[in-house]
Amino acid sequence: METLSERILEGPAGSYVDRAVDRAFAHDGTGIQALVALRGFKKQNLAAPEKVSIIYDHIAPANNTTTANLQHDLRDFSISKGFSFHDVGCGICHQIMSEGECLPGEIVVGADSHSCTMGALGAFATGVGATDMAGIWATGETWFRVPETINVHLSGDFSGFAEPKDAALMYIKKLGMDGGTYMALEFTGEGAEAMPVSGRLTLSNMAVETGAKAGLFYSDKKTAEYLAEYGKKADIQTPSDCSYERTVNIDLSNLEPLLAVPNRVDNAVPVTDYSGTKLDQVFLGTCTNGRYDDLLRFSAIVKGKKVKVRTVVVPASRSVLSKALKNGILSDIIEAGCTVCPPGCGPCLGAHMGVLGEGEVGLSTANRNFKNRMGVGAEYYLCSPQTAAASAVTGEITSPEELL
Amino acid sequence: MKISGHAVVIGSDVDTDMIIAGRYLRTTDKKIWVEHAFEDYDSTIAERLRGSVIIAGNNIGCGSSREQAAAALKEAGVLAVVAPSFARIFFRNCVNLGLYVFECDITGCKDGDIVTFDPDMSYVETGGKIYEAKELSEKMKDILKAGGLAGYLGEKR
Ligand code: SF4
Repeated sequence: METLSERILEGPAGSYVDRAVDRAFAHDGTGIQALVALRGFKKQNLAAPEKVSIIYDHIAPANNTTTANLQHDLRDFSISKGFSFHDVGCGICHQIMSEGECLPGEIVVGADSHSCTMGALGAFATGVGATDMAGIWATGETWFRVPETINVHLSGDFSGFAEPKDAALMYIKKLGMDGGTYMALEFTGEGAEAMPVSGRLTLSNMAVETGAKAGLFYSDKKTAEYLAEYGKKADIQTPSDCSYERTVNIDLSNLEPLLAVPNRVDNAVPVTDYSGTKLDQVFLGTCTNGRYDDLLRFSAIVKGKKVKVRTVVVPASRSVLSKALKNGILSDIIEAGCTVCPPGCGPCLGAHMGVLGEGEVGLSTANRNFKNRMGVGAEYYLCSPQTAAASAVTGEITSPEELL
Repeated sequence: MKISGHAVVIGSDVDTDMIIAGRYLRTTDKKIWVEHAFEDYDSTIAERLRGSVIIAGNNIGCGSSREQAAAALKEAGVLAVVAPSFARIFFRNCVNLGLYVFECDITGCKDGDIVTFDPDMSYVETGGKIYEAKELSEKMKDILKAGGLAGYLGEKR
Protein backbone atom coordinates (compact mmCIF):
# COMPACT_ATOMS: atom_id res chain seq x y z
CA MET A 1 0.00 0.00 0.00
CA GLU A 2 1.01 3.57 -0.49
CA THR A 3 2.26 6.32 1.75
CA LEU A 4 0.41 9.62 1.51
CA SER A 5 3.21 11.09 -0.64
CA GLU A 6 3.05 8.13 -3.04
CA ARG A 7 -0.72 8.47 -3.22
CA ILE A 8 -0.64 12.17 -4.03
CA LEU A 9 2.34 12.06 -6.40
CA GLU A 10 1.03 8.86 -8.01
CA GLY A 11 4.27 6.95 -8.11
CA PRO A 12 6.34 4.58 -6.01
CA ALA A 13 9.05 5.92 -3.71
CA GLY A 14 12.28 6.49 -5.61
CA SER A 15 10.64 7.12 -8.99
CA TYR A 16 10.83 10.44 -10.83
CA VAL A 17 7.55 11.97 -11.97
CA ASP A 18 6.49 15.15 -13.78
CA ARG A 19 3.37 16.59 -12.20
CA ALA A 20 1.14 19.61 -12.64
CA VAL A 21 1.30 21.92 -9.63
CA ASP A 22 -2.07 22.81 -8.06
CA ARG A 23 -0.79 25.89 -6.23
CA ALA A 24 2.54 27.65 -6.62
CA PHE A 25 3.58 30.52 -4.39
CA ALA A 26 6.49 32.82 -3.74
CA HIS A 27 7.14 35.80 -1.47
CA ASP A 28 8.72 39.21 -1.94
CA GLY A 29 12.22 37.76 -1.52
CA THR A 30 12.05 34.72 -3.78
CA GLY A 31 9.33 36.05 -6.07
CA ILE A 32 11.56 38.76 -7.48
CA GLN A 33 14.33 36.23 -8.04
CA ALA A 34 11.84 33.99 -9.86
CA LEU A 35 10.81 36.95 -12.01
CA VAL A 36 14.45 37.63 -12.88
CA ALA A 37 14.85 33.94 -13.77
CA LEU A 38 11.69 34.01 -15.89
CA ARG A 39 13.02 37.00 -17.80
CA GLY A 40 16.05 34.88 -18.68
CA PHE A 41 13.87 32.26 -20.38
CA LYS A 42 13.50 32.33 -24.15
CA LYS A 43 9.70 32.20 -23.89
CA GLN A 44 8.09 34.01 -21.01
CA ASN A 45 4.44 33.03 -21.38
CA LEU A 46 2.73 31.75 -18.23
CA ALA A 47 0.92 28.42 -18.10
CA ALA A 48 -1.65 29.03 -15.36
CA PRO A 49 -1.31 32.41 -13.63
CA GLU A 50 -4.50 31.80 -11.62
CA LYS A 51 -2.66 29.03 -9.76
CA VAL A 52 0.15 31.34 -8.64
CA SER A 53 0.10 33.29 -5.37
CA ILE A 54 2.52 36.04 -4.41
CA ILE A 55 2.62 37.03 -0.76
CA TYR A 56 4.64 39.94 0.63
CA ASP A 57 5.94 38.92 4.03
CA HIS A 58 9.73 38.85 4.30
CA ILE A 59 10.54 42.55 4.36
CA ALA A 60 7.06 43.95 4.46
CA PRO A 61 6.56 46.86 4.41
CA ALA A 62 9.81 47.60 2.56
CA ASN A 63 12.76 48.84 4.64
CA ASN A 64 14.71 50.79 2.01
CA THR A 65 14.72 51.95 -1.59
CA THR A 66 16.35 48.82 -3.05
CA THR A 67 13.75 46.56 -1.46
CA ALA A 68 10.92 48.92 -2.40
CA ASN A 69 12.02 48.97 -6.04
CA LEU A 70 12.21 45.18 -6.24
CA GLN A 71 8.79 44.90 -4.62
CA HIS A 72 7.36 47.50 -6.99
CA ASP A 73 8.56 45.50 -9.99
CA LEU A 74 7.10 42.18 -8.80
CA ARG A 75 3.85 43.80 -7.63
CA ASP A 76 3.21 45.34 -11.05
CA PHE A 77 4.05 42.09 -12.79
CA SER A 78 1.88 39.96 -10.48
CA ILE A 79 -1.16 42.16 -10.79
CA SER A 80 -0.86 42.57 -14.55
CA LYS A 81 -0.53 38.80 -15.07
CA GLY A 82 -3.44 37.84 -12.84
CA PHE A 83 -1.51 36.18 -10.03
CA SER A 84 -3.29 36.03 -6.69
CA PHE A 85 -1.43 38.92 -5.08
CA HIS A 86 -1.28 39.54 -1.32
CA ASP A 87 0.39 42.81 -0.41
CA VAL A 88 2.20 43.86 2.77
CA GLY A 89 0.33 43.32 6.01
CA CYS A 90 -1.54 40.19 4.91
CA GLY A 91 0.83 37.85 6.70
CA ILE A 92 3.38 35.08 6.17
CA CYS A 93 3.08 33.12 2.92
CA HIS A 94 2.69 29.73 4.63
CA GLN A 95 0.01 31.07 6.94
CA ILE A 96 -1.89 32.67 4.04
CA MET A 97 -1.71 29.39 2.12
CA SER A 98 -3.04 27.52 5.13
CA GLU A 99 -6.02 29.86 5.44
CA GLY A 100 -8.05 28.16 2.71
CA GLU A 101 -5.71 28.64 -0.26
CA CYS A 102 -4.79 24.98 -0.53
CA LEU A 103 -6.55 21.68 0.07
CA PRO A 104 -5.83 18.08 1.06
CA GLY A 105 -4.46 15.96 -1.79
CA GLU A 106 -3.11 18.93 -3.73
CA ILE A 107 0.45 19.35 -4.95
CA VAL A 108 1.70 22.64 -3.57
CA VAL A 109 5.09 24.15 -4.34
CA GLY A 110 6.46 27.27 -2.72
CA ALA A 111 9.63 29.23 -3.32
CA ASP A 112 10.52 29.00 0.34
CA SER A 113 11.97 26.15 2.35
CA HIS A 114 9.12 26.05 4.86
CA SER A 115 6.55 25.33 2.16
CA CYS A 116 6.29 21.89 3.75
CA THR A 117 3.94 23.59 6.26
CA MET A 118 0.89 22.73 4.15
CA GLY A 119 1.54 19.03 4.69
CA ALA A 120 -0.46 19.63 7.88
CA LEU A 121 -3.57 19.77 5.70
CA GLY A 122 -2.78 16.57 3.81
CA ALA A 123 -1.30 18.34 0.78
CA PHE A 124 2.02 17.30 -0.74
CA ALA A 125 3.80 20.58 -0.18
CA THR A 126 7.45 21.30 -0.71
CA GLY A 127 9.92 24.10 -1.32
CA VAL A 128 11.99 24.96 -4.38
CA GLY A 129 14.33 27.72 -5.47
CA ALA A 130 13.61 30.69 -7.70
CA THR A 131 14.46 29.17 -11.08
CA ASP A 132 12.30 26.11 -10.36
CA MET A 133 9.49 28.51 -9.43
CA ALA A 134 9.92 30.40 -12.71
CA GLY A 135 9.81 27.05 -14.51
CA ILE A 136 6.49 26.28 -12.81
CA TRP A 137 5.08 29.69 -13.76
CA ALA A 138 6.07 28.98 -17.34
CA THR A 139 5.04 25.33 -17.67
CA GLY A 140 2.57 24.72 -14.82
CA GLU A 141 4.50 21.62 -13.76
CA THR A 142 7.73 20.35 -12.32
CA TRP A 143 9.55 17.09 -11.58
CA PHE A 144 9.59 15.29 -8.26
CA ARG A 145 11.46 12.35 -6.92
CA VAL A 146 8.76 10.50 -4.98
CA PRO A 147 10.21 10.35 -1.48
CA GLU A 148 10.58 7.46 0.90
CA THR A 149 8.75 8.18 4.14
CA ILE A 150 9.69 8.25 7.80
CA ASN A 151 6.81 7.67 10.19
CA VAL A 152 6.82 10.05 13.15
CA HIS A 153 4.45 8.27 15.49
CA LEU A 154 2.95 10.40 18.24
CA SER A 155 1.39 8.62 21.19
CA GLY A 156 -0.14 9.94 24.40
CA ASP A 157 -1.29 13.44 25.15
CA PHE A 158 0.56 16.58 26.18
CA SER A 159 0.84 17.18 29.89
CA GLY A 160 1.85 20.28 31.83
CA PHE A 161 3.13 23.06 29.60
CA ALA A 162 4.50 20.92 26.78
CA GLU A 163 2.95 21.78 23.43
CA PRO A 164 3.30 21.11 19.68
CA LYS A 165 6.55 23.12 19.37
CA ASP A 166 8.18 20.88 21.96
CA ALA A 167 7.07 17.83 19.97
CA ALA A 168 8.61 19.41 16.87
CA LEU A 169 11.93 20.08 18.61
CA MET A 170 11.89 16.50 19.90
CA TYR A 171 11.39 14.79 16.54
CA ILE A 172 14.10 17.00 15.03
CA LYS A 173 16.45 16.05 17.86
CA LYS A 174 15.71 12.38 17.21
CA LEU A 175 16.17 12.62 13.43
CA GLY A 176 18.98 15.18 13.34
CA MET A 177 19.42 18.00 10.87
CA ASP A 178 19.87 15.64 7.93
CA GLY A 179 17.94 12.60 9.18
CA GLY A 180 15.09 13.23 6.78
CA THR A 181 17.06 14.35 3.72
CA TYR A 182 15.24 13.56 0.43
CA MET A 183 12.44 11.91 2.42
CA ALA A 184 8.95 12.79 3.59
CA LEU A 185 7.72 12.60 7.17
CA GLU A 186 4.26 11.31 8.00
CA PHE A 187 2.85 12.16 11.41
CA THR A 188 0.62 9.38 12.69
CA GLY A 189 -0.81 7.97 15.90
CA GLU A 190 -3.38 9.12 18.43
CA GLY A 191 -1.27 12.18 19.26
CA ALA A 192 -1.42 13.31 15.64
CA GLU A 193 -5.14 12.68 15.43
CA ALA A 194 -5.85 14.60 18.62
CA MET A 195 -3.71 17.57 17.63
CA PRO A 196 -5.53 20.70 16.44
CA VAL A 197 -4.62 21.90 12.95
CA SER A 198 -2.70 24.86 14.40
CA GLY A 199 -0.33 22.42 16.13
CA ARG A 200 -0.06 20.21 13.06
CA LEU A 201 1.06 23.26 11.10
CA THR A 202 3.87 23.78 13.64
CA LEU A 203 5.07 20.18 13.23
CA SER A 204 4.84 20.13 9.43
CA ASN A 205 6.54 23.53 9.22
CA MET A 206 9.71 22.20 10.81
CA ALA A 207 9.99 19.02 8.69
CA VAL A 208 12.57 20.79 6.51
CA GLU A 209 14.83 21.21 9.55
CA THR A 210 15.51 17.46 9.24
CA GLY A 211 16.16 17.88 5.53
CA ALA A 212 12.76 16.36 4.67
CA LYS A 213 11.01 17.56 1.53
CA ALA A 214 7.53 17.25 3.07
CA GLY A 215 5.85 16.55 6.40
CA LEU A 216 2.31 15.26 6.15
CA PHE A 217 -0.72 14.64 8.32
CA TYR A 218 -3.73 12.74 6.96
CA SER A 219 -6.64 15.08 6.53
CA ASP A 220 -9.47 14.19 8.90
CA LYS A 221 -12.52 15.66 10.58
CA LYS A 222 -10.39 18.30 12.26
CA THR A 223 -8.89 19.34 8.91
CA ALA A 224 -12.35 19.54 7.36
CA GLU A 225 -13.67 21.67 10.22
CA TYR A 226 -10.64 23.93 10.04
CA LEU A 227 -10.97 24.49 6.29
CA ALA A 228 -14.74 24.99 6.61
CA GLU A 229 -13.94 28.13 8.62
CA TYR A 230 -12.37 29.48 5.43
CA GLY A 231 -15.32 28.35 3.33
CA LYS A 232 -13.53 25.34 1.85
CA LYS A 233 -14.63 21.73 1.57
CA ALA A 234 -11.94 19.18 2.29
CA ASP A 235 -11.62 15.50 1.43
CA ILE A 236 -10.79 13.10 4.25
CA GLN A 237 -7.76 10.87 3.68
CA THR A 238 -7.82 7.40 5.23
CA PRO A 239 -4.43 5.99 6.15
CA SER A 240 -3.60 2.61 4.65
CA ASP A 241 -0.97 0.12 5.71
CA CYS A 242 2.22 1.19 4.04
CA SER A 243 5.91 0.63 4.37
CA TYR A 244 7.94 3.29 6.08
CA GLU A 245 11.68 3.71 5.82
CA ARG A 246 11.76 3.90 9.61
CA THR A 247 9.58 4.89 12.54
CA VAL A 248 10.38 7.42 15.23
CA ASN A 249 8.21 7.20 18.35
CA ILE A 250 7.42 10.19 20.52
CA ASP A 251 5.36 9.89 23.65
CA LEU A 252 3.76 13.30 24.06
CA SER A 253 2.88 12.62 27.70
CA ASN A 254 6.61 12.46 28.52
CA LEU A 255 7.52 15.76 26.88
CA GLU A 256 8.63 18.80 28.80
CA PRO A 257 9.24 22.32 27.47
CA LEU A 258 12.35 22.28 25.28
CA LEU A 259 14.90 24.74 23.93
CA ALA A 260 16.97 24.41 20.77
CA VAL A 261 20.37 25.73 21.80
CA PRO A 262 22.44 27.78 19.31
CA ASN A 263 23.38 27.12 16.54
CA ARG A 264 21.63 23.87 15.77
CA VAL A 265 17.92 23.20 15.53
CA ASP A 266 18.46 19.56 16.52
CA ASN A 267 20.21 20.57 19.73
CA ALA A 268 17.15 20.34 22.00
CA VAL A 269 17.44 20.23 25.79
CA PRO A 270 14.99 20.83 28.66
CA VAL A 271 14.37 24.56 29.16
CA THR A 272 15.36 24.13 32.80
CA ASP A 273 18.96 23.32 31.73
CA TYR A 274 19.30 26.99 30.82
CA SER A 275 17.07 28.58 33.44
CA GLY A 276 18.33 31.99 34.44
CA THR A 277 20.14 32.80 31.17
CA LYS A 278 19.74 36.58 30.75
CA LEU A 279 17.87 37.64 27.63
CA ASP A 280 18.00 40.79 25.50
CA GLN A 281 14.92 40.01 23.43
CA VAL A 282 12.00 37.61 23.21
CA PHE A 283 10.25 37.11 19.87
CA LEU A 284 6.86 35.46 19.40
CA GLY A 285 5.80 34.88 15.82
CA THR A 286 6.84 33.26 12.49
CA CYS A 287 5.32 30.58 10.30
CA THR A 288 6.08 28.11 13.10
CA ASN A 289 4.38 29.82 16.03
CA GLY A 290 2.61 33.04 15.03
CA ARG A 291 -0.90 31.59 14.92
CA TYR A 292 -3.88 32.55 17.05
CA ASP A 293 -3.51 29.55 19.37
CA ASP A 294 0.13 30.54 19.94
CA LEU A 295 -0.79 34.13 20.80
CA LEU A 296 -3.53 32.80 23.05
CA ARG A 297 -1.17 30.56 25.05
CA PHE A 298 1.37 33.37 25.25
CA SER A 299 -1.17 35.93 26.43
CA ALA A 300 -2.55 33.62 29.10
CA ILE A 301 0.87 33.80 30.79
CA VAL A 302 1.74 37.48 30.30
CA LYS A 303 -1.75 38.80 31.03
CA GLY A 304 -1.78 41.18 33.98
CA LYS A 305 2.03 41.11 34.25
CA LYS A 306 4.83 43.25 32.82
CA VAL A 307 7.53 41.81 30.60
CA LYS A 308 11.08 42.45 31.86
CA VAL A 309 12.82 42.31 28.49
CA ARG A 310 11.99 43.82 25.10
CA THR A 311 9.44 41.52 23.57
CA VAL A 312 8.39 41.55 19.93
CA VAL A 313 5.14 39.90 18.90
CA VAL A 314 4.30 39.40 15.22
CA PRO A 315 0.98 37.77 14.31
CA ALA A 316 1.35 35.37 11.38
CA SER A 317 -1.47 36.94 9.39
CA ARG A 318 -4.06 39.67 9.31
CA SER A 319 -6.77 37.20 10.29
CA VAL A 320 -4.70 36.11 13.29
CA LEU A 321 -4.27 39.78 14.21
CA SER A 322 -7.98 40.56 13.90
CA LYS A 323 -9.01 37.53 15.90
CA ALA A 324 -6.52 38.47 18.62
CA LEU A 325 -7.90 42.00 18.54
CA LYS A 326 -11.51 40.89 18.69
CA ASN A 327 -10.98 38.46 21.53
CA GLY A 328 -9.04 40.92 23.63
CA ILE A 329 -5.78 38.99 23.84
CA LEU A 330 -3.97 41.62 21.81
CA SER A 331 -4.60 44.22 24.48
CA ASP A 332 -3.40 41.77 27.14
CA ILE A 333 -0.19 41.41 25.14
CA ILE A 334 0.24 45.14 24.56
CA GLU A 335 -0.55 46.07 28.16
CA ALA A 336 2.09 43.58 29.31
CA GLY A 337 4.60 45.81 27.51
CA CYS A 338 5.16 43.83 24.29
CA THR A 339 5.78 45.51 20.93
CA VAL A 340 3.37 44.28 18.28
CA CYS A 341 4.57 44.49 14.66
CA PRO A 342 2.54 44.08 11.46
CA PRO A 343 1.83 40.53 10.23
CA GLY A 344 4.78 39.02 8.35
CA CYS A 345 8.12 37.38 9.06
CA GLY A 346 9.27 40.21 11.32
CA PRO A 347 12.83 39.75 12.59
CA CYS A 348 12.89 36.00 11.79
CA LEU A 349 15.32 36.39 8.91
CA GLY A 350 17.34 39.18 10.51
CA ALA A 351 16.26 41.90 8.10
CA HIS A 352 14.26 44.35 10.21
CA MET A 353 11.95 44.90 13.18
CA GLY A 354 14.01 43.30 15.91
CA VAL A 355 17.45 42.35 14.62
CA LEU A 356 19.75 41.47 17.52
CA GLY A 357 23.02 43.28 18.20
CA GLU A 358 26.44 41.70 18.64
CA GLY A 359 26.72 39.67 21.83
CA GLU A 360 22.99 39.81 22.48
CA VAL A 361 20.97 36.77 23.44
CA GLY A 362 17.48 36.20 22.09
CA LEU A 363 14.72 33.70 22.59
CA SER A 364 12.46 33.03 19.65
CA THR A 365 9.55 30.84 18.64
CA ALA A 366 11.00 30.52 15.10
CA ASN A 367 12.32 27.43 13.40
CA ARG A 368 16.00 28.24 12.90
CA ASN A 369 18.77 29.33 15.25
CA PHE A 370 21.56 29.38 12.67
CA LYS A 371 24.60 31.50 13.40
CA ASN A 372 24.05 35.20 12.60
CA ARG A 373 20.57 34.61 11.15
CA MET A 374 18.75 37.04 13.42
CA GLY A 375 21.68 39.38 13.95
CA VAL A 376 25.41 39.16 13.32
CA GLY A 377 27.23 38.08 16.45
CA ALA A 378 24.02 37.34 18.35
CA GLU A 379 22.82 34.02 19.70
CA TYR A 380 19.38 32.76 20.08
CA TYR A 381 17.43 29.91 21.45
CA LEU A 382 14.23 28.42 20.01
CA CYS A 383 11.24 27.57 22.17
CA SER A 384 7.46 27.34 22.42
CA PRO A 385 5.12 30.32 22.85
CA GLN A 386 4.58 29.45 26.53
CA THR A 387 8.31 29.29 27.25
CA ALA A 388 8.67 32.61 25.40
CA ALA A 389 5.95 34.11 27.60
CA ALA A 390 7.39 32.84 30.88
CA SER A 391 10.84 34.08 29.87
CA ALA A 392 9.54 37.48 28.80
CA VAL A 393 7.98 37.92 32.21
CA THR A 394 11.22 37.15 34.06
CA GLY A 395 13.71 38.55 31.53
CA GLU A 396 15.66 35.32 31.57
CA ILE A 397 15.16 31.83 30.19
CA THR A 398 12.38 30.34 32.26
CA SER A 399 10.25 27.26 31.86
CA PRO A 400 6.52 28.02 32.22
CA GLU A 401 6.53 25.30 34.86
CA GLU A 402 8.93 27.33 37.00
CA LEU A 403 6.84 30.47 36.77
CA LEU A 404 3.55 29.19 38.08
CA MET B 1 35.89 16.29 -21.63
CA LYS B 2 37.42 16.22 -18.18
CA ILE B 3 37.45 19.26 -15.92
CA SER B 4 39.81 19.79 -12.99
CA GLY B 5 39.76 22.18 -10.12
CA HIS B 6 41.32 22.70 -6.74
CA ALA B 7 39.44 21.49 -3.69
CA VAL B 8 37.89 23.91 -1.23
CA VAL B 9 36.93 21.76 1.75
CA ILE B 10 34.06 22.70 4.07
CA GLY B 11 32.29 20.87 6.89
CA SER B 12 28.89 19.27 7.42
CA ASP B 13 25.52 21.07 7.71
CA VAL B 14 26.81 24.28 6.10
CA ASP B 15 23.53 26.13 5.62
CA THR B 16 22.66 28.61 2.90
CA ASP B 17 22.90 31.50 5.40
CA MET B 18 26.59 30.55 5.69
CA ILE B 19 27.01 30.42 1.91
CA ILE B 20 25.42 33.83 1.46
CA ALA B 21 24.06 35.77 4.42
CA GLY B 22 20.53 37.16 4.40
CA ARG B 23 21.80 40.74 4.54
CA TYR B 24 23.15 40.44 0.98
CA LEU B 25 20.03 39.02 -0.63
CA ARG B 26 18.14 42.12 -1.59
CA THR B 27 19.89 42.83 -4.83
CA THR B 28 20.07 41.36 -8.28
CA ASP B 29 23.77 42.26 -8.54
CA LYS B 30 25.50 38.87 -8.53
CA LYS B 31 28.92 40.42 -7.82
CA ILE B 32 27.81 41.18 -4.28
CA TRP B 33 27.11 37.49 -3.67
CA VAL B 34 30.52 36.53 -5.02
CA GLU B 35 32.29 39.03 -2.79
CA HIS B 36 30.49 37.87 0.37
CA ALA B 37 30.26 34.12 -0.27
CA PHE B 38 30.91 32.11 2.91
CA GLU B 39 31.59 35.34 4.81
CA ASP B 40 30.02 34.12 8.07
CA TYR B 41 31.56 30.67 7.74
CA ASP B 42 35.16 31.38 6.76
CA SER B 43 36.00 34.71 5.21
CA THR B 44 39.10 33.31 3.47
CA ILE B 45 37.02 31.09 1.18
CA ALA B 46 35.61 33.71 -1.21
CA GLU B 47 38.95 34.47 -2.82
CA ARG B 48 39.70 30.77 -3.37
CA LEU B 49 36.49 29.93 -5.22
CA ARG B 50 37.45 30.62 -8.84
CA GLY B 51 38.16 27.32 -10.58
CA SER B 52 37.44 25.30 -7.44
CA VAL B 53 35.50 22.17 -6.62
CA ILE B 54 33.73 22.42 -3.28
CA ILE B 55 34.15 19.31 -1.18
CA ALA B 56 31.51 19.47 1.52
CA GLY B 57 30.35 17.27 4.36
CA ASN B 58 26.81 16.00 4.81
CA ASN B 59 23.73 18.12 4.19
CA ILE B 60 25.39 20.94 2.27
CA GLY B 61 23.03 23.86 1.60
CA CYS B 62 20.47 23.14 4.29
CA GLY B 63 18.15 25.82 5.57
CA SER B 64 16.76 28.64 3.49
CA SER B 65 15.73 27.96 -0.12
CA ARG B 66 17.63 31.04 -1.35
CA GLU B 67 18.89 30.36 -4.83
CA GLN B 68 21.48 33.08 -4.34
CA ALA B 69 23.58 30.45 -2.53
CA ALA B 70 23.97 28.34 -5.67
CA ALA B 71 24.12 31.47 -7.84
CA ALA B 72 26.98 32.90 -5.75
CA LEU B 73 29.03 29.72 -6.24
CA LYS B 74 28.29 29.59 -9.95
CA GLU B 75 29.11 33.26 -10.40
CA ALA B 76 32.31 32.90 -8.36
CA GLY B 77 33.54 30.29 -10.81
CA VAL B 78 33.01 27.14 -8.75
CA LEU B 79 33.12 24.14 -11.13
CA ALA B 80 31.23 21.57 -9.08
CA VAL B 81 30.00 20.71 -5.60
CA VAL B 82 30.76 17.28 -4.13
CA ALA B 83 29.13 16.05 -0.91
CA PRO B 84 27.92 12.78 0.62
CA SER B 85 24.46 14.35 0.90
CA PHE B 86 22.84 17.58 -0.22
CA ALA B 87 19.89 19.51 1.14
CA ARG B 88 17.43 18.91 -1.67
CA ILE B 89 16.45 22.49 -2.53
CA PHE B 90 20.11 23.50 -2.81
CA PHE B 91 20.71 20.41 -4.95
CA ARG B 92 17.89 21.37 -7.34
CA ASN B 93 19.07 24.98 -7.40
CA CYS B 94 22.59 23.93 -8.45
CA VAL B 95 21.24 21.78 -11.26
CA ASN B 96 18.88 24.54 -12.37
CA LEU B 97 21.78 26.97 -12.62
CA GLY B 98 24.02 24.49 -14.43
CA LEU B 99 26.39 23.89 -11.52
CA TYR B 100 27.60 20.27 -11.44
CA VAL B 101 26.77 18.24 -8.35
CA PHE B 102 28.23 14.91 -7.27
CA GLU B 103 26.70 13.01 -4.39
CA CYS B 104 29.64 11.05 -3.05
CA ASP B 105 31.94 10.86 -0.09
CA ILE B 106 35.55 11.84 -0.67
CA THR B 107 37.25 11.16 2.59
CA GLY B 108 40.60 12.71 3.26
CA CYS B 109 40.51 15.33 0.51
CA LYS B 110 42.41 18.46 1.56
CA ASP B 111 42.23 22.11 0.53
CA GLY B 112 44.09 22.57 -2.73
CA ASP B 113 44.03 18.91 -3.84
CA ILE B 114 43.19 18.54 -7.51
CA VAL B 115 39.74 17.10 -8.16
CA THR B 116 38.75 15.97 -11.65
CA PHE B 117 35.36 15.09 -13.11
CA ASP B 118 33.72 14.45 -16.46
CA PRO B 119 30.40 16.30 -16.79
CA ASP B 120 28.91 13.29 -18.56
CA MET B 121 29.96 10.74 -15.95
CA SER B 122 28.90 10.15 -12.38
CA TYR B 123 32.22 9.92 -10.61
CA VAL B 124 35.02 12.21 -9.45
CA GLU B 125 38.74 11.53 -9.22
CA THR B 126 41.26 12.78 -6.73
CA GLY B 127 44.54 11.52 -5.32
CA GLY B 128 44.61 8.77 -7.95
CA LYS B 129 41.33 7.31 -6.74
CA ILE B 130 37.88 7.19 -8.31
CA TYR B 131 34.79 7.94 -6.23
CA GLU B 132 31.42 6.81 -7.59
CA ALA B 133 28.61 9.32 -7.26
CA LYS B 134 24.90 8.62 -7.21
CA GLU B 135 23.50 8.69 -10.74
CA LEU B 136 21.32 11.71 -11.59
CA SER B 137 17.91 11.32 -13.22
CA GLU B 138 17.77 11.68 -17.01
CA LYS B 139 15.96 14.99 -16.67
CA MET B 140 18.59 16.41 -14.32
CA LYS B 141 21.32 15.34 -16.75
CA ASP B 142 19.47 17.08 -19.60
CA ILE B 143 19.05 20.25 -17.54
CA LEU B 144 22.76 20.27 -16.73
CA LYS B 145 23.68 19.63 -20.35
CA ALA B 146 21.60 22.63 -21.36
CA GLY B 147 23.50 24.76 -18.85
CA GLY B 148 20.51 24.98 -16.51
CA LEU B 149 16.74 25.10 -16.51
CA ALA B 150 16.52 28.28 -18.62
CA GLY B 151 18.50 26.63 -21.41
CA TYR B 152 16.58 23.37 -21.03
CA LEU B 153 13.17 25.04 -21.31
CA GLY B 154 14.47 27.15 -24.19
CA GLU B 155 15.23 23.96 -26.10
CA LYS B 156 12.07 22.10 -25.08
CA ARG B 157 9.38 24.73 -25.42
S1 SF4 C 1 8.59 33.46 9.28
FE1 SF4 C 1 10.79 33.05 9.13
S2 SF4 C 1 10.95 30.93 8.55
FE2 SF4 C 1 8.84 31.54 8.17
S3 SF4 C 1 8.77 32.15 6.01
FE3 SF4 C 1 9.20 33.99 7.21
S4 SF4 C 1 11.45 34.15 7.29
FE4 SF4 C 1 10.94 32.07 6.65
